[in-house]
Amino acid sequence: MRNFNAFTLAREALRGHKGWGKQWRSPEPKKSYDVIIIGAGGHGLGTAYYLAKEHGITNVAVLEKGWLGGGNTGRNTTIIRSNYLYDESAGLYDHSVKLWETLSEELNYNVMFSQRGVMMLAHNVHDVQSAQRHIHANRLNGVDNEWLTPQQAKDYCPPLSISKSARYPVMGAALQRRGGVARHDAVAWGFARQASAMGVDIIQNCEVISIDRAPSGEVTGVQTTKGPIGAKKVGVVAAGHTSVLMEMAGVRMPLESYPLQALVSEPVKPVFPCVVMSNAVHAYISQSDKGELVIGAGTDSYLSYSQTGSMHILQHTLDAIIELYPMFSRMKMLRTWGGIVDVTPDRSPILAKTPVPNLYVNCGWGTGGFKATPGSANVFAHTIARDEPHKINAGFTLERFRTGRLIDEAAAAAVAH
Amino acid sequence: MSAYRVESHGRIKHHQPVSFTFDGETVEGREGDTVASALLANGKHLMGRSFKYHRPRGAIAAGSEEPNALIGTTRSEGRFEPNTRATVQEIYPGLKTESQNSYPSLKYDIGAINDRLYMLFSAGFYYKTFMWPRSFWDKVYEPFIRRAAGLGVSPTVEDPDHYASRYLHCDILIVGAGPAGIAAALAAGKSGAKVLLADEGAEMGGSVLSEPGVNIDGCSAWNWLEARLDELRGMENVTLMTRTTAIGYYHQNMVGLCQKLTDHLTTLPEGAPRERLWRIRANQVILTQGALEKPLVFHENDRPGVMLAGSAQTYLNRYGVLVGRRPVVVTSHDSAWYAAFDLADAGAEVQAIVDLRDKVQSELSDEATKRGIRVLTSHTVTGTSGRLRIKSIRINPLRGSKAGRAETVNCDALLMSGGWTPSLHLFSHTKGTLRWEDDTKAYLPDQKAEACHIAGAGRGLWGIGKALTDGGEAGVAAATAAGFTTIAEAYPVENDREGTGISLRELPTDRSPGKAKAFIDFQNDVTAKDIRLAVSEGMHSIEHVKRYTTNGMATDQGKMSNMNGLNIAADALGKPQTEVGLTTFRPPYTPTTFGAFAGYHKGSHFEVTRKTPIDDWAEENGAAFEPVALWRRAWYFPKPGEDLHAAVARECRATRESLGIFDASTLGKIEVSGPDAVEFMNRMYTNPWTKLGVSRCRYGLLLGEDGYILDDGVIGRLSDDKFHVTTTTGGAARVLNMMEDYLQTEWPDLKVWLTSTTEQWATIALNGPNARNLLEPFVEGQDMSDEAFPHMSVSQCTVAGFPARLFRISFTGELGFEVNVPARYGRALWENLWEAGQQYDVCPYGTETMHVLRAEKGFIIVGQDTDGTVTPDDAGMSWAVGKKKTDFVGMRSLSRPDIAAPGRKQLVGLLTRDSKTVLDEGAQIVADPKQPKPMKMLGHVTSSYWSETLGRSVALAVVQGGRDRMGDSLYVPMPGKDVEVEVTGTVFYDPENARLKL
Ligand SMILES: Cc1cc2nc3c(=O)[nH]c(=O)nc-3n(C[C@H](O)[C@H](O)[C@H](O)COP(=O)(O)OP(=O)(O)OC[C@H]3O[C@@H](n4cnc5c(N)ncnc54)[C@H](O)[C@@H]3O)c2cc1C
Repeated sequence: MRNFNAFTLAREALRGHKGWGKQWRSPEPKKSYDVIIIGAGGHGLGTAYYLAKEHGITNVAVLEKGWLGGGNTGRNTTIIRSNYLYDESAGLYDHSVKLWETLSEELNYNVMFSQRGVMMLAHNVHDVQSAQRHIHANRLNGVDNEWLTPQQAKDYCPPLSISKSARYPVMGAALQRRGGVARHDAVAWGFARQASAMGVDIIQNCEVISIDRAPSGEVTGVQTTKGPIGAKKVGVVAAGHTSVLMEMAGVRMPLESYPLQALVSEPVKPVFPCVVMSNAVHAYISQSDKGELVIGAGTDSYLSYSQTGSMHILQHTLDAIIELYPMFSRMKMLRTWGGIVDVTPDRSPILAKTPVPNLYVNCGWGTGGFKATPGSANVFAHTIARDEPHKINAGFTLERFRTGRLIDEAAAAAVAH
Repeated sequence: MSAYRVESHGRIKHHQPVSFTFDGETVEGREGDTVASALLANGKHLMGRSFKYHRPRGAIAAGSEEPNALIGTTRSEGRFEPNTRATVQEIYPGLKTESQNSYPSLKYDIGAINDRLYMLFSAGFYYKTFMWPRSFWDKVYEPFIRRAAGLGVSPTVEDPDHYASRYLHCDILIVGAGPAGIAAALAAGKSGAKVLLADEGAEMGGSVLSEPGVNIDGCSAWNWLEARLDELRGMENVTLMTRTTAIGYYHQNMVGLCQKLTDHLTTLPEGAPRERLWRIRANQVILTQGALEKPLVFHENDRPGVMLAGSAQTYLNRYGVLVGRRPVVVTSHDSAWYAAFDLADAGAEVQAIVDLRDKVQSELSDEATKRGIRVLTSHTVTGTSGRLRIKSIRINPLRGSKAGRAETVNCDALLMSGGWTPSLHLFSHTKGTLRWEDDTKAYLPDQKAEACHIAGAGRGLWGIGKALTDGGEAGVAAATAAGFTTIAEAYPVENDREGTGISLRELPTDRSPGKAKAFIDFQNDVTAKDIRLAVSEGMHSIEHVKRYTTNGMATDQGKMSNMNGLNIAADALGKPQTEVGLTTFRPPYTPTTFGAFAGYHKGSHFEVTRKTPIDDWAEENGAAFEPVALWRRAWYFPKPGEDLHAAVARECRATRESLGIFDASTLGKIEVSGPDAVEFMNRMYTNPWTKLGVSRCRYGLLLGEDGYILDDGVIGRLSDDKFHVTTTTGGAARVLNMMEDYLQTEWPDLKVWLTSTTEQWATIALNGPNARNLLEPFVEGQDMSDEAFPHMSVSQCTVAGFPARLFRISFTGELGFEVNVPARYGRALWENLWEAGQQYDVCPYGTETMHVLRAEKGFIIVGQDTDGTVTPDDAGMSWAVGKKKTDFVGMRSLSRPDIAAPGRKQLVGLLTRDSKTVLDEGAQIVADPKQPKPMKMLGHVTSSYWSETLGRSVALAVVQGGRDRMGDSLYVPMPGKDVEVEVTGTVFYDPENARLKL
């Protein structure tokens, strides 16, 4: 693997970029590995990276049924923030934001983490109460989050309409300045490149079709479309398809899978400086470095594994956008797509050991797991390597749904992303 | 008269001049021109600048697939649109257009410096750099990249136009009105089926419009077309829609159409919507979208003047424009030869036809010779010259796959064709699969996922004759499948122009391929070299190639670039097309305005505003309102000069001292009736219902399956088999849905009927010591004495002559009644009570006072004092859970270990040590405010008010182990100060409930 720096860049520019070499290898699977990660999304690739880098475990394979980064990692709207309510969540997401801040250097790959600020609008008394509760809790947790008046919100985001005659006038906003966006593909590619360089085998077009268990119960490997592969430990990191995979190991998951759609506009010159989310008016928006307005809302209302969502969801997303930013009515939608998100009853992830020995699971990120990618991968690698959770993910167990110790961010705020 | 206009050709109105402006200059066109055709008629090819390198660009196509000629259009104040395709925008007098992405001008653009640095800006460049030093990303690099990126500019003001939306069901939807679509519509139309034929163009006819020389059914193509369209217009069961694009194809044959209504009109009809979004549900769909021509990939194939041959033919035959007087044609497909012939016949001096193939049909070369056109088969192109318009082209003989010595040929246009690609975007939206067919060298439809038919060029059948036959057959097939019978007519065709040929990679060149600027995605400036670089860097999936290079992600949605990108990636990988696969086609087919999607849901129609029957009165009496779910509710009734706090203090005082009147109509109301109503209530709510007597009420608590409080409300028993259930304002629909869900899926055996009656009743609450005094004279049919009608009673009686359901309940702690009358009597009753109430100084109060009064009594608001993590016990309401009940929703969850564990957050009261300090709602509570961050938080303040009654602040909060901390001091750390509070019970006012019993 060739390092990216000013010198190599200049040299390659002069010789027609012939010498970069492959960013990752495309090996055939070995007979067995110390650890198999199922799912080459950001979380899976990141887990492999941290296993190799921080725990010295390099005999690792990441198995991907399609192409790496092609799941939700490559489909999401990349909002990154950590102003979550509960201590457990604030701890996990803020751990992640801190890793984001140095990730480009760490990976020698520009993931374009852009801390342009994430603003969450309040449109009614209930929103205000909820925002205040978050701000107070964040302050005591050492996480930045501040209250803006409508005028301050408009100053921060000039396209925003704060008209008093709006159907849902803006009553204020919570702003996390350290929040922002990143380039989703680069995260998958950057982790893949470094993991591969440290010896991790990333095996694409390799679908796991069953999980093998010894008579005594522990996991011994997987069956794939490229044949059987043995493993001492298996981590399932398969987002919307996690319940399908866990079923293969006999574990029923508290997950529901929904289509979640997003869209971009045609590219225009910079017009939207930050990220804005509104839960009551139900849409969120930012502008990519390419100039496209990147827009999303909530999940479709029915369960499905089809990545095609319904048209009326887009209609409601865009009417919300026009309500908040009337000047965008004549902008044009360029592209829409969907991903399948895995939703837990408390809308918080599961990052944990499972009842099956040597089987670990990282899922339940629902509509908002991109932001957690480095943090989650980091503590999940720890969990697999040590066979016990890191203190940051200790609360994100599978048992909590049985015992009732929920981390209910949704109930607290009903904020999706 | 311009040198490029051909009066003898075209369908435009030559005698009807229309002028508009482009970058401030007046341009003369003809009625029927597009911006692009009018500019071309004036010899202007330069229309825009590319995204990355800012290279000068002209129109390469004549339709919606255009990647280069993007302009801003303005009609009048506020009616600006960026990124409009000049090839589609029709001109009208007064239209203003401007070029984009160039500074200071289109001709001299400093951004073109990037073009000089192109060796640096290769695919994936951004990922490899801009990382040092770290702080520069946010402050220097990213702002720079962002400014350089983007095409046009966003509109800056609110859109003055409005947009419509409609639904339509039909038997057969036909997308694309070329020969195949029209033949399909004729066959299907005759069956009597309800048919909709839609085309994105301003005119129907598709390729027939560009092929006037063909004969169909014994007459000229255009006469045939006119007659057949007339025939279709005459069919009552057939609807024709032009300027209507099918943008997306969704599950169960739902197709979204966007119809453009006014963007081509000179004057806007009063009140006309700009666009209309249709959602069509069709029994059968026929896709006759034709095929798109593929550019050739060679060095400098992007100069203004380089154009698709078929588009040049369209400009000539539809718009009467010669795109050049001395064009060169370069092709690997027969169709470009026909374009050359048409242009030559219209007066152009075609300099040469360069064909990459060694052999072409002799008829073609004969026809060329007849016209004196030089023919160079087995030749390639290796470059072009000309800054703002092509001047010459380098042509080299091919020796195998190598290019020989170049010859330079001067020209003023280059027409190219790399073959044709069936247009299957919509089909792909359905997840229908495609297969590569080696004969046609194209992807053709394979497995279908919806009830659809594809006909004509869309499945690789070239020429008008085959399209007509195939379209007719598709029309019959669709009609039959939809339950109709019909037959297809035969339309014999003469002079048809079928053709073959393809090119699958960049053309051979005599220079270093590493230096070639051979464009694939014109708008995004992706070259063949970029694709090969991506592959060499390990991007082996076509999706990786696409994302790494951005090929196919431009506003043409990859229409021009996908196939070339795919073929070249396949070549670089050394794999057949079939193994490389396709990228996903994503809706919409062409970019569609946000406005069209939003439709009517704008401004006050964004979401309905639900208003109570008493809302008008509140407005007339100066109420301030707040939104609560979809409702607007009176928040407080300020007197002149009063703010929220002053008004609320006065309303609270008046109610506690004498009488307040409150509009409670928004409360959800559900009638639960049927022989099993009581059993149903027992299973839904935590409380026991069996023993609740008729005419009695009970406070009901509803949990989710997780055991947490979901809703609450007072429920009255009207008879043995009938309950009047009330819910929170925001929870009404949710509760009804939940009840229906259980009834239909879990307990279908129960005989129970649920009816939402929220809007059937107007509800007026009277609270205060004079409540009965006011009400009693109005009531007939109910003894109002405390004995006959005690607290928590319900009666069906008459109030002020109106049929009523009268509750004696209180959410304020005062003597209280709630009168429900049919909604239409709501305002009349209110006014009756208002008038009579003057003797008691009756005071109307809003939701804020209601909140204060209930908080003084420790009554919770679900959603404020509870948040979906609070059990009945946490809220101190174990008393509401039937101890002997064997089941109710959520019961099992209440015994989960962590729900039963000690130390949960419990609802308590808080009194600030300094009685004047009002806590912030949402503020966090700690035991030790001096601890370092992250602090251990024990809970938070859920409700907090100034209590006028008590002359101090009061608050409710949830606190870990709160009920064991009575009397303890805790702290609320605020910026700059820590507020000390005492933990108390939740009832601050009249704990003995003496006032209820008045
Ligand atoms: C439209 C949309 C918008 C979103 N917006 C945001 C946002 O703004 N901010 C945010 O933080 N989050 C957002 N999210 C959520 C976020 O994308 C995800 O939570 C996160 O990317 C999940 O990463 P992952 O690596 O766990 O999953 P994925 O990237 O989905 O990776 C899982 C991988 O597992 C593979 N796999 C599945 N089954 C198998 C099998 N049997 N064998 C082998 N491989 C298998 C899949 O192919 C996939 O590549 C959004 C999601 C969507 C869909």
